Amino acid sequence: MNMSNKEPGYFNYHEQDVKYIKVGTRELFSNPDADEARDCFRQKTRQMVDKTTTVKEAVANYIHDGDYFASGGFGSNRIPAAILHEIVRQNKKNLGFAGHTSTHDMQILVAGNCINRCDAAYIVGLEARGLSKISRRAFESGAVQSTEWSNATLAWRFKAAAMGLSFLPARSLLGTETITHSAAVEIPCPFTGKKYAAVPALYPDVAAIHVHSSDVYGNCQVKGIAVSDFDLARAAKKLIITTEKLIHNDEIRSAPHATVIPYYLVDAVIEVPYGAFPSNMAYEYFTDEDHLKAWLEAEKDEEKFRAFLEENIYNCRDHYDYLQVNGGLARLNELRAQENMTRGNG
Amino acid sequence: MKEYNGMELMICLAARYLEDDGIVVVGTGAPCAAAMLAQKTRAPGLMIMFEAGGVGPHLPAMPISVGDSRTYYQGLVATSMPDIMEACQRGMVDYTFLGGAQIDMYGNINSTHIGAYEKPKVRFPGSGGANDLASLCWKTMMITPQDQTRFTNNLDFITSPGYLSGKGARERAGLPPGCGPYKIITNLAIMGFDEDTCRMQVESIHPGVSREQIIENTGFELLWADHIYESSPPSAEELEILRNAVDPRRYIIGRG
Repeated sequence: MNMSNKEPGYFNYHEQDVKYIKVGTRELFSNPDADEARDCFRQKTRQMVDKTTTVKEAVANYIHDGDYFASGGFGSNRIPAAILHEIVRQNKKNLGFAGHTSTHDMQILVAGNCINRCDAAYIVGLEARGLSKISRRAFESGAVQSTEWSNATLAWRFKAAAMGLSFLPARSLLGTETITHSAAVEIPCPFTGKKYAAVPALYPDVAAIHVHSSDVYGNCQVKGIAVSDFDLARAAKKLIITTEKLIHNDEIRSAPHATVIPYYLVDAVIEVPYGAFPSNMAYEYFTDEDHLKAWLEAEKDEEKFRAFLEENIYNCRDHYDYLQVNGGLARLNELRAQENMTRGNG
Repeated sequence: MKEYNGMELMICLAARYLEDDGIVVVGTGAPCAAAMLAQKTRAPGLMIMFEAGGVGPHLPAMPISVGDSRTYYQGLVATSMPDIMEACQRGMVDYTFLGGAQIDMYGNINSTHIGAYEKPKVRFPGSGGANDLASLCWKTMMITPQDQTRFTNNLDFITSPGYLSGKGARERAGLPPGCGPYKIITNLAIMGFDEDTCRMQVESIHPGVSREQIIENTGFELLWADHIYESSPPSAEELEILRNAVDPRRYIIGRG
């Protein structure tokens, strides 16, 4: 039945039999149910209390074998490197992972054999730098199960969760094998009848995000692009923050417009200067391209790579040790000069 | 000896399709160079966006990552990935460039794997933003070397939509109408898409390239436009700007 035509300016509903087509055939690795998520969020403390801790404690307390994990930033930009290395050191296993332009972050987790399933939007590559041999092998061997998405639909899956919903409609994926190898469902728009890809909300068990500054309660400021972290921070059931520096709450209150992540989303705060190294931290330090190249190179030889991991991860107590192994303050100062182009735009 | 290499030719040709006052979403590499060249030549009003959130930078150098801080250096906005993708979904983005391991005669692209999905022979990065950009931007372009392996109708996986199975297929699948593949710029020719069949057709042949060469390097039957032009080579001005102002370190044009 079509509703009678109304006055111009009023919408005529498109009435039809609703048809859902489960076109995506792959596994959904997390529960999109919004009420289950509400029960988790209900448990989170509302108290503005000091949440500072150590990387070691945060990983031990909040990241468990089998959890679904997501990292903030963009693969080689503003990644929570200290947390990622500690996950490897603590030998966490069978993690699910949001492969949302995951490049160096995935390389680290794959090196430690920490993940066994992955929502794949962008995986195994390091953009212009080439493909990672160990990441490729993880998928080519079947060691890591994958379900395909795209960068936008994975971002919108976080957004759906951030909105407290169980899905969002999207206009990409449709018509391709990316959708048949996803877990999306085709649905008609209840208003216009047009076709959408319904993408399920993604509520990670735990996420880690590196920020420019945070107070002890977890009120965070981020400079530069947010990528998907605004939504990821809200979607995650537990949230670990590493911060370049701790700032006083007065500073947060003097610039509330700069707060991207409010304290009530946050479970743990750790001050980790140069915590995104070797990735790019906007306005602070540029990517250590030499280190990323050395990593890719080391992957080509198993023995060499084992030694590389010993040196850079397993033999390091913490991120300070890792920075020291890779040139320490002198190298970091070079990366700072590159970022701020104080010696030209190289 | 030619005064330019194949990469320089492709970048200059691609840049000419980017109109002033348009918006383009680019990745790193040749597309970014083409957009920068366009901005510095005939399209100073061209707005460059990067999918991770950078908008309108004064690019001081070639970005290495589509999310690195160069992508919003002296920019207008440092926003988010969903914000950029939602601009595409609203119909605000005119051009985008994609890459891939395989492309077929309808402009469908594979960047996911070679072999079967389970335990693939070669795993590639997958869609990244490509499926979204190909679905949602008005005109999709590609800068790519042309050979039989790459230009094939036997895609191992359709990652990003071209015209899918032909005219009207995108719309039937639910994709926004009126958009799709626009120009494919290779080391041999420029190809567009026939209006009636949505199949790839040769529109312009580069200087010194024969029809046979193009046929030999394509794994499917190409259509030929009624009027085929000879691609106009890069001007001295284009080359000068490309080499000195866009890519002085030859990160991209150094690849030949």
